[in-house]
Amino acid sequence: MQNLAAPSLAAPDSLILLIYGFFMLTAGFSLKPAMTSSRQFMQAGRVMPGWLCGLAMLGASLGSQELLGMGAAGARYGMVSVAFFALGSIPAMLFAGLYLMPVFYGSNSLADSSAQKPGAVAARSIPEYLGLRFDRKTRALNAVMFAAMSAFGAGIALYAMGRVFVALHVFDQVANTLNLPPTGTLLLAMALPAALVLVYVLLGGLGAAMYNQALQFCLIIAGLLPMVLLGLKRIGGWSGLKATVPANSLHPGTHPMGAGVVVLAVGAGFVLGGATWCTDFRLLQAAMAAKNVEAARRAPIIAAALRVFVVIVLILPGLIAVGLPTPHTSIVIHNDNGVIYHEITVVPPAVEAGSGLVPAKADTDGKPVMGSGGHAVLDYAMATPNMLLQFLPAGLLGLGLTVLLACLMGGVAASVTSFSTVFTCDIFQAFLAKNAADKYMLAMARWATVGGVLLAFGAAYAAMCFNSLLDAILLVFAVVNAPLFAVLLLGAFWRRATGHGAFAGLIAGAAAAVLHQGLSLPRDERPGIQGGWIAVLHHPASDLALGLGTAMLAFLVSLLVAAAVSLFTKAAQAEELNGLVFSLSARPTAIGRWWKRPEAEAAAILLAAIAVSLIFI
Amino acid sequence: MFYDPRISLGMLFTLVGTVLTAFGLATRSNPDVYAKSMGIDANLWWGLVLLVFGILVLTLGRRGQMKQENIEK
Repeated sequence: MQNLAAPSLAAPDSLILLIYGFFMLTAGFSLKPAMTSSRQFMQAGRVMPGWLCGLAMLGASLGSQELLGMGAAGARYGMVSVAFFALGSIPAMLFAGLYLMPVFYGSNSLADSSAQKPGAVAARSIPEYLGLRFDRKTRALNAVMFAAMSAFGAGIALYAMGRVFVALHVFDQVANTLNLPPTGTLLLAMALPAALVLVYVLLGGLGAAMYNQALQFCLIIAGLLPMVLLGLKRIGGWSGLKATVPANSLHPGTHPMGAGVVVLAVGAGFVLGGATWCTDFRLLQAAMAAKNVEAARRAPIIAAALRVFVVIVLILPGLIAVGLPTPHTSIVIHNDNGVIYHEITVVPPAVEAGSGLVPAKADTDGKPVMGSGGHAVLDYAMATPNMLLQFLPAGLLGLGLTVLLACLMGGVAASVTSFSTVFTCDIFQAFLAKNAADKYMLAMARWATVGGVLLAFGAAYAAMCFNSLLDAILLVFAVVNAPLFAVLLLGAFWRRATGHGAFAGLIAGAAAAVLHQGLSLPRDERPGIQGGWIAVLHHPASDLALGLGTAMLAFLVSLLVAAAVSLFTKAAQAEELNGLVFSLSARPTAIGRWWKRPEAEAAAILLAAIAVSLIFI
Repeated sequence: MFYDPRISLGMLFTLVGTVLTAFGLATRSNPDVYAKSMGIDANLWWGLVLLVFGILVLTLGRRGQMKQENIEK
């Protein structure tokens, strides 16, 4: 990794980082007295207002890979990535809010006990919902898969951002005082955020994580918007930006994504978006902590409304970064009162081989890595971090670096709290200690938090040793979340779906994902974790196309297998499904005029998102 | 029990806004600091924006907290 100029943190930069650290830990310390039961710790007492749940969901969804990835997508694929990220997620978020949250949320037995129907119990997690709706084996299978995925995901997030912190020399001062070797700096950059997350989650549970995710969302806007505005001014405004973006990335038909627009729309919008926003407990836990079902429905809708802005603020830095001139080693000679000065600006070769502010990947000697086509392989993940260095003066730079740190920790905290809840409810209580007193549940949840952070750090260390693990994250997502999305859809909307069907669907979907990945290899790649490790049968156009294809196949196989097996197995009685399928759940009664209802809000948000996407295409 | 989250949010942005505004005022006549931002004193202007935002959110949060405490009484 190469950066443009090694920044030295000025006093105000460090001060802003310290202020953020203080407020982050404050959330933990001030909620500590409230952590009296496992419900308080794992579900934030189910007292959160809808807007906070919405901001927390959004914060949880913007971890380090998403923050770096959106800038990278902007740099790599151009304007069309706005449509990809906005239309890929917003319909799924609105769907989750309107139709899935009433089913997942169930009834809040403490807050509205009068409305509670006999037999209606509230699930604390997605695996627990699967247990209530289907059976124990489906719950156990999903709990184990989810726990593994969340720990692995948190580890990859730590490593991905740790690399950036090392390239930006954020922790160099600390590392120098400790006399650490170069790998020690990376370990420190991964261990310090992990330790901070551990402290505030142990103290304040899900509540502290949600407070910090809401903070994180506001910081993203506050920290990155000035950079975007300055960058736009530098490049000559909107028309200047359009002029610098290469023509082929402006036209979706010819852009190098290569997946084809139809596949893109269907695959991204339906499967990836749905598998994230309708399925992933790392995000849904925030909405399930809402104070009532209305707030739980509103949370994803609020998140969807704000998502449009976030996507623009995160993708524009990548677009601007490739549009700017590439730095070159230069000698400027100027004459000052008869004295001739030679000002030499030395730019590392990997930066010179890059495109705009996006550097090429560097090998161990600092030389740019060349791809098979003779072009340098670009390190797109550095687009947003390099923009921070390029445009933010001392002071605002501290705020920008705070955003990177906050996104890393918000994502890791979401993984750790959901890992702890799933382990405690769906593995410990469900199978190991069925009648555990709540005191032990609370203790177990805390120990599971420690375990989750340790596992995540282990995964980060593994990723440090085997770089290619970074590419495995899409595969893990396709194996775990895409089949689960199919099973949850069937479970929530089709009464006939059975436990055996769901179990078979999850296994078949995961197997299909692994097989597809093993049998196809993106162009210009060597067989390995990127694909083709069984045999190479077909060549998708890019790694993104492969990821989309794998997820879609896993979803379809899971849907078909689950439906087929369900038809041949015994259906559950209607009474057993009370509150667990949409047609048998308490419909939120329509309050107020039609334009105040969530459905109307959702329609307005969807139209706005389509309008914004059209501007960018 | 769970305090109004807008209070900590407002306090954070008020503090950060103050730091940025103060630093922006102190370095206003130093063009070296603002070479990156094309001569614009970005710290001062953005610091003021954040300061206003922070105070606004803090006020709303304190109002919400008082309302909540009245209900609990």
